[in-house]
Amino acid sequence: MAESDNQPAADSAPAPPREAWEVVQTARNPQRPYTLDYVNRLVERFTELHGDRRFGDDGAMVAGLGFLEDTPVAVLGQQKGRTAAERRERNFGMARPEGYRKALRVMQLAARFGRPLLTFIDTPGADCLEDSESRGISEAIAVCQRDMFALPVPVISVVVGEGGSGGAIGIGVGNRVYMQQYTYYSVIMPEACAAILWRDPSQNKRAAEALRVTAPDALRLGLIDGIIPEPPGGAHLDYEAAAVAVKEQVVAALEELRGVPSAQLIAERYGKFRRMGAPAGV
Amino acid sequence: MSTTGDIPPDLWEECSSCHQLLYSKELTEGLWVCGKCGYHMRLSVWRRLEITADPGSFAELDTDLPLVDPLDFPDYLPKLQQARAKTGMDEAVLTGTAAIHGHRVGLGLMDLAFIGGSMGWVVGEKVSRLMERCVEEKTPAVMFIASGGARMQESLISLMQMPKTAGAVGLLNQAGLPYIGILTDPTYGGVTASFAFLGDIIIAERGAAMGFAGPRVIEITKVKLRPEVQTAEFQYQHGMIDLLVARSEIRETLSDLLDWFMNGK
Repeated sequence: MAESDNQPAADSAPAPPREAWEVVQTARNPQRPYTLDYVNRLVERFTELHGDRRFGDDGAMVAGLGFLEDTPVAVLGQQKGRTAAERRERNFGMARPEGYRKALRVMQLAARFGRPLLTFIDTPGADCLEDSESRGISEAIAVCQRDMFALPVPVISVVVGEGGSGGAIGIGVGNRVYMQQYTYYSVIMPEACAAILWRDPSQNKRAAEALRVTAPDALRLGLIDGIIPEPPGGAHLDYEAAAVAVKEQVVAALEELRGVPSAQLIAERYGKFRRMGAPAGV
Repeated sequence: MSTTGDIPPDLWEECSSCHQLLYSKELTEGLWVCGKCGYHMRLSVWRRLEITADPGSFAELDTDLPLVDPLDFPDYLPKLQQARAKTGMDEAVLTGTAAIHGHRVGLGLMDLAFIGGSMGWVVGEKVSRLMERCVEEKTPAVMFIASGGARMQESLISLMQMPKTAGAVGLLNQAGLPYIGILTDPTYGGVTASFAFLGDIIIAERGAAMGFAGPRVIEITKVKLRPEVQTAEFQYQHGMIDLLVARSEIRETLSDLLDWFMNGK
């Protein structure tokens, strides 16, 4: 697991990101801890599992089994790479159909054995190239979402970097969904939004504002359950502190959901997403 | 065709693919498939309804949902109002109960003319309500899909319509009720990665453009995709679609399938 564990030395802490566009850049900071950095700090005796039993194994999606404190949990998340070679191997965190089908396999394993599921979201978006189209990227993401609703176990999701559109929500149907303080979650990259609406890619900042991509925006809109604080300046400056905060929130959420009957977990999960975005009184 | 200016517009229509002028009466009889090049022209929901449902059988549902602009997004409300005025629709999807060859169904039809057929809260809500109503009334769901993708102006709320509608399809699955999706030109983005590709049976109209990433996003991100990748034919060749059909075959095909699913139920 060395590849994702080379934390940079923290230099003097810069001012925390405030504007939406600064948050987007912080969420994309290549020194930011990635999924495996959190897994290695939160999850004991992690056994990574590979392959979708259909086509292959996708390095952009990590899946495995381990223990959170003493609770057996299943874990999923998109994984980015740091070196040029790792980035290619991890496909820049853009999962392919086999990644989502591996995720689905591990979700179903969690369901069958009654283990809570923990997902880490960090992707600019799912892979949309020809190979992914030819193997049904849309279908794979759609099935993941549909079937996450049926999981009879607690599902906790945390956006730890980029919450990039369909690729993110493909593993994001949680009973509890959190965002770290300086992450973003959006239906489209601000750059693409700027280019489409204003035909001007220099309007990124304006697009990031308009899209309401930050954690406080998502919380205010009732789309997430809470914001996990980051070390001053961002998670990239202190991996340990960032991981401790994530662990505290995840453990607290698991505690809340422990013993909740399966039918109630399922009903509440559907009800929660069903109501998202509904105007008052509808 | 240099004399187009003299031709009364109600007699002729231009094919949006090959740009030949077509006699309106023949075009109507041919279900708006170009007699010259075979292109399946994009249909308004009203035309689609007319060639799909039994005459007089359609009863619209959920006509009372408000226009929403949850993010106070620049220029969005006027855009919604213009779209309403232009299309006569309240949003990008029309839903209702209908009969197809005598089979009662929940029927949804999307219209590209309403902000590119994109899915915001209202579209997600109407689709989910339709599927939930099908569960209550024990009827199949049939969706004609045409969409440019997610409704950018509703950002994360638009994104959350993907799991919402996917979850609603799950309710149909659990209730043992069939869901048939017909992908028409074009079907892109957030709609493909939610209810469009979750049909028990997935049908596509010949020549329909479709794909996970919309054409504008591909253009902007400079992703290289061969043009033929984002077509119904490509998806069919790769096993993602059950049936690739001409428009004229859809009603009979639906009738046979609905018979198969619902006979004796």
